[in-house]
Amino acid sequence: MTDLLGSITLAQADFPQAMGTLTLGHYLFLSAAMFALGLIGFVTRRNLIIMFLCTELMFQASGIALIAFSRFHLNHTGQTFVIFVLTVAAAEAAMGLALVILLFRKRESLSTEEWAEMSG
Amino acid sequence: MTSLIDIPSLLSVASAIPASVAETAPAGAGGVAAPWIGLIPTLPILGVLLCALCAIFDIRTKLPAFLSVACLGVSFLLTLVVFLNYDSFNNGGAFVVHLFDWINLSWGSAEHPVSFAANFSFYIDRLTILWMLFVTGLATLIALYASEYMSGDVGRPYCRFFVGFNLFVFSMACLVMGDNLVLLYLGWEGVGLCSYLLIGYFFKKPEAVAAAKKAFIVNRIGDLGLALGIYLTFVHFGTLEYAQLFASDKLQGYLAAASEHRWSDIPMTVQGIALLFMVGAFGKSAQFPLYVWLPDAMEGPTPVSALIHAATMVTAGVFLIARTYPLFLSSEYALPIVAWVGTITALLGATIGMAQFDIKRIMAYSTVSQLGYMFAGLGMLTTTGAAFHVLTHAFFKALLFLCCGAVMHGFAGQLDLRKLSGVAWMKGWGIVAIGMLIGCLNLSGFAFTAGFFSKDMILAQAFVTPGYSILGWILIGTAGLTAYYTFRVFFRVFLGPQSFEPGDEHHADHSDEEHDDETDAHHIAAHGHSADHGGHFHPHAPGWAVNLVLALLAIGSIAAAGLYFVDKESHGWVGAMVHDSSAYYDASSHGAPALESAGAAVETEHASGLLFGQDPYEIMYYISGAVGLVGILLAAILHGPRGWQGLFLGGRTEAGKCRMDRVAKLFGPIPRWAENKWYVDEFYIAVFQTPLRVLSHLFHLFDKFVIDGVVDSVAKLPGALASALRPSQSGQLQGYAAGMAGGVVVLLIVVLVVLGGAS
Repeated sequence: MTDLLGSITLAQADFPQAMGTLTLGHYLFLSAAMFALGLIGFVTRRNLIIMFLCTELMFQASGIALIAFSRFHLNHTGQTFVIFVLTVAAAEAAMGLALVILLFRKRESLSTEEWAEMSG
Repeated sequence: MTSLIDIPSLLSVASAIPASVAETAPAGAGGVAAPWIGLIPTLPILGVLLCALCAIFDIRTKLPAFLSVACLGVSFLLTLVVFLNYDSFNNGGAFVVHLFDWINLSWGSAEHPVSFAANFSFYIDRLTILWMLFVTGLATLIALYASEYMSGDVGRPYCRFFVGFNLFVFSMACLVMGDNLVLLYLGWEGVGLCSYLLIGYFFKKPEAVAAAKKAFIVNRIGDLGLALGIYLTFVHFGTLEYAQLFASDKLQGYLAAASEHRWSDIPMTVQGIALLFMVGAFGKSAQFPLYVWLPDAMEGPTPVSALIHAATMVTAGVFLIARTYPLFLSSEYALPIVAWVGTITALLGATIGMAQFDIKRIMAYSTVSQLGYMFAGLGMLTTTGAAFHVLTHAFFKALLFLCCGAVMHGFAGQLDLRKLSGVAWMKGWGIVAIGMLIGCLNLSGFAFTAGFFSKDMILAQAFVTPGYSILGWILIGTAGLTAYYTFRVFFRVFLGPQSFEPGDEHHADHSDEEHDDETDAHHIAAHGHSADHGGHFHPHAPGWAVNLVLALLAIGSIAAAGLYFVDKESHGWVGAMVHDSSAYYDASSHGAPALESAGAAVETEHASGLLFGQDPYEIMYYISGAVGLVGILLAAILHGPRGWQGLFLGGRTEAGKCRMDRVAKLFGPIPRWAENKWYVDEFYIAVFQTPLRVLSHLFHLFDKFVIDGVVDSVAKLPGALASALRPSQSGQLQGYAAGMAGGVVVLLIVVLVVLGGAS
């Protein structure tokens, strides 16, 4: 049981050197890629729901990074934090979607270009 | 350096007053306790409060007038009591009545204590009493006159008038009675303020407002001189209280030096004080460079002209010089300048008066001219003559003004002597005509009138004091001109065929219409030119109050002549009054200042000069009597009525026509110049007003473009910055997100590359 866990561990104690084993770097790369995709999506797309999904993507990217670090440091702080982040994200998703619906009802459109009045 | 206001310093100041002047403490500190003397100036203040209450309760009767008459009358009676019992206060010496502490400071080290005391105390000597007698007496009479004269304005304006009137009397009392120069200054500014308020009484009339401003501004020039003089007095003598000032060793030393013509022993500061006081006196008493405000001041109601601008306020300058006469005697040039300026003013005022048509203006220029006589008298070392002329002039000039006022009131504001004639023969105008005749005789120096004696005293002194005989001849000539222009008014307005043209002011005496803030200017607008429908106009003769006041003043003017024969030793009653005051000048102990050559010996006032081998005081009776008569005859010939043709060769048939019109052509443009007041106002406008205006426009431009430009451009800077940054606020959500991401990238680069590289 301990061997099984130890073989896939990310902990510094006995870092597996074999190829094909997942390391911290992989997780962080995945996290960065998701974040970048989310950011690019957020900046380039005009659809409010897509943009909203992109923010969720960035959220989860940061969650993955946190869990990876948590495992790497062998403590539960990062995981605990991710639980909180998920809770907040769920509430925020409910709020955000409600707002999107309201905005859609006002303009019959989901484009952000409809909402550019607060310009200097 | 600490300043204390405490009882010990007060006591130390009080004890510093020389023994010759008794301090009258409020609560019987031995000596003479007469705190009730403080009522003389405070009763007019009570009048102010009562009239203000009348205004608050919107009383629409003549109540304020009679409250004023009561307050001022009691004030006069108290003055009379002080006069009658004068010897019992301090054995005939001057005394100080302390009312309350006003300014009482002391500072400096124990070795060099300095104190500054200016309390509400009154310095009572005979000069004070002389002035207060005619100020309060005339104020009472003129308030009674005004009760009828101002009756068209009953209501708020009526109260406003009497508030100003009482406040004036209070200020004048402070000026005359104050025991220090600060209190005098308070009164000085107070009378100036009241003068301003009352000239501008008809504040809806632009001329009145302009005249009020002119009076105030011209007076400021003189007041600056007085303020600087008071400052220098304190700096040099360390006190502003008369009692200490006159008794100070310094001043006594200067007087001794002056009597021996050791002018270099007297510091320039002291000589400058007199010159600065002189400037103040010129402003208040309308002397040559600063006289221009007085004729315009006639825009005020006539009682104001009579009391303030003829009888009392304008004599404040004479009082100032008389009160501080020791300082003037200590100055080499002050008194000669006073004499010369007085003479020039007398001549100038008379020549302008000859060519005016507005009878009130003529009286105003005559006041300027007579004030010139008073100043000439002061300058020629006869304070007695000057004070006597102040007294007689106060009576007869008030009388003349009030007569003119009665005419003006009766003929709807008509003041043009070409449009009035034969008023004396109209029903109900008898007392006015007789009063006018008595006033005119006094003013023209007709033999045995009060004006004759007081003017003679000044004229004669010109030939007594060495160096002034030229001024004497100018003043004698001016006396002839005075007689001429005075009787020009009398003959044209009061004698001759009965005819008149009413003025354009409709006095709504008999209508019951509301007029809260109605002014005469309003009436003009409301009723148009009533001369057009002159058929409806009936002049209304003065009522009992006006007639009573005129009769009393006429009697007073005649009776004043009697004062010359009381106390003949010291040149009449006024001489005796002046004798015990600071204004007294004793030729036997002081030499004549300035113009006198070193060799001329001055023994007594009488023995020094001779005129045609006679004592000037004796022969002047004949000279000035003859000159006055010639002036009157000339007026009779040129302006007299037809009925007296056999006697005076007059040939006037209409109000407007007279023989003068033909005679005037002989003088070329001179009458026109005189009619235009020698263009002095125009000169002042060109030399002072226009450059100031141009300068102020330049400053305005500088302010607008340079000052405002700098301030505005600083204010525009944030705006410009904002408009540069504003496009970044696009409103596009993606833009903000990209900016945020870019910011994160920049921060990452900074953290990783720059800081990471460093560590």
